[in-house]
Amino acid sequence: MNDTPVLQARGLNKRYGRVVALDNADFDLLPGEILAVIGDNGAGKSTLVKALCGAVIPDSGRIELNGQPVHFRSPIEARVAGIETVYQNLALSPALSIADNMFLGREIRKPGFVGQWLRRLDRSAMQRIAREKLSELGLMTIQNINQAVETLSGGQRQGVAVARAAAFGSRVVIMDEPTAALGVKESRRVLELMLDVKKRGLPIVLISHNMPHVFEVADRIHIHRLGRRLCVIDPKQYTMSDAVAFMTGAKVPPEAALAA
Amino acid sequence: MSDDTAGSVTAERGLKGATEALASFDESDAGAIRRLQAFLHQFPTSIPFFVLLLGVVIFSIAAPDKFFAPFNFSLVLQQVTIIAVLGVAQTLIILTAGIDLSVGAIMILCSVVMGRTAVVYGVPVLIAFPLGLLCGLACGVVNGLIVTMLRLPPFIVTLGTWSIFGALNVWYSQSETIRQQDMEAAAPFLQWTGTIFKPYDFFSKTLGLDWTFLKGWVLTYGSLVMLILAFVIWYVLNRTALGRHIYATGDDPDAARLAGINTKRTLIAVYGLAGFICAIAAWVLIGRIGGVSPQAGQTANLDSITAVVIGGTSLFGGRGSIVGTLIGALIVGVFRNGLALSGLELLWQDFAVGVLIIVAVTIDQWIRRISA
Repeated sequence: MNDTPVLQARGLNKRYGRVVALDNADFDLLPGEILAVIGDNGAGKSTLVKALCGAVIPDSGRIELNGQPVHFRSPIEARVAGIETVYQNLALSPALSIADNMFLGREIRKPGFVGQWLRRLDRSAMQRIAREKLSELGLMTIQNINQAVETLSGGQRQGVAVARAAAFGSRVVIMDEPTAALGVKESRRVLELMLDVKKRGLPIVLISHNMPHVFEVADRIHIHRLGRRLCVIDPKQYTMSDAVAFMTGAKVPPEAALAA
Repeated sequence: MSDDTAGSVTAERGLKGATEALASFDESDAGAIRRLQAFLHQFPTSIPFFVLLLGVVIFSIAAPDKFFAPFNFSLVLQQVTIIAVLGVAQTLIILTAGIDLSVGAIMILCSVVMGRTAVVYGVPVLIAFPLGLLCGLACGVVNGLIVTMLRLPPFIVTLGTWSIFGALNVWYSQSETIRQQDMEAAAPFLQWTGTIFKPYDFFSKTLGLDWTFLKGWVLTYGSLVMLILAFVIWYVLNRTALGRHIYATGDDPDAARLAGINTKRTLIAVYGLAGFICAIAAWVLIGRIGGVSPQAGQTANLDSITAVVIGGTSLFGGRGSIVGTLIGALIVGVFRNGLALSGLELLWQDFAVGVLIIVAVTIDQWIRRISA
């Protein structure tokens, strides 16, 4: 496997008044992997992830995407660079249809005069592509692509959000607590979706509190503590209680993990 | 992959069985109500449509010869035109979960700017008219900038600008009205929207068609302006990306922003567009009253909100339609006209409109609960 990180951060700092959210934090995402980011509440993992997806601008430090330095000032810029984020609240518009939601902010216009001057949307193309993307991820239990998102179940909504990220993310997909609001069956479905996305070669950053889910799908686990990366561990070599112990400071991680 | 799909299909089947078992506990009535709720959720404009139909049927029975006549319908249409135009502007704002209390003030200010500049200051109407349109656009953009940049609630912002635009109106107009004959002499173009238009004569003259069902209809060009405007805004809302962004911004602004929509720019565009439409309403207003009166249209603000709400657009943003607003304006017009022709006093018209507003919002709340 190519070991150049897809997404790398070095020495990120972010303060909110007197609160230090990020204290010289580092981050590495390797190609084709699922990297879980775990940490106690207030450890700064959500600030880290927001810095990576452009929702927060770090005070200092640098971020590189495929070796090129990037400075995102908004989530839109990160998206243009190929980083798609599935937010915890999903960022879907409940009253709009599935197709509308998938193309929100990047609508396709009809070719020629009608699209150029009358700015007419090419609905059939958007519906066709949306249907294709959902079937690719095995989500075609959703029958009607023009159904309002609010009529879908929690898992189906998550599916739409993941499909949107997978369809447009060319470099990285970031998923923030994707299973937090879901039942057992629906969580399983989302984990399968993540493995599908990985199979298609896209690396995933997974932020989760759910240890069994993290240990099931992650290739590596980034443990965040006190605003910085404490260590990166291989889930096959450590147990869940080890991870929790590192996370809370009950146990000091071995040197090998610290060097990662 | 195929195993996954098979597994998920069985899982889905299991879920389906579960919901069906739950539903069987319900009474069959409850099922029918659920289906009605789902239907209304999908076609929200059907309620105002049926209310309008109901109104027409009731008043046709109550006041048969007076109400159900093309001439009377024409009158209702002329009466509701201004409110419908303002309602189109108000719909855009309310779709973004905002409210605009200044639409009436913008309209009157623009009518004064157009009329006074042309008649009193003798500026050619070719300049005075665009100046009025520009004035509306500017008022709207000011609203939008304050809402987005200072992050104040639209209610407060437009309450303030209502007063400000009202003051500017008094300053520029010096509280002087412009008489119809002065307007006719100096700027007949501004009165064009009040010009009468008989569809029957039009079709028989130009195309030689003898469409007798059009006999007796007396429209104004203002009503045509209203219909064209409504079509343009319908197109923007339903066929362009801006329209989708307006709905998304009103539905859930945070989600819209995270999905990559520039919600601030969308809001400024919406307020600016609404201001521009208010200037169109000013043109229609001049046509309707013949001249310019700084005191005209005092109730226009609330009437426009009434039309939007009765038309099924949600005050919480993100759902509603232009067609609904047009029907909403017609409902108010038909009820007022019908009650008057049935011999009831004015107070019962206001009573009925009040009831309609409360019923409309109740139904909206109920439909919104579909996902719960």
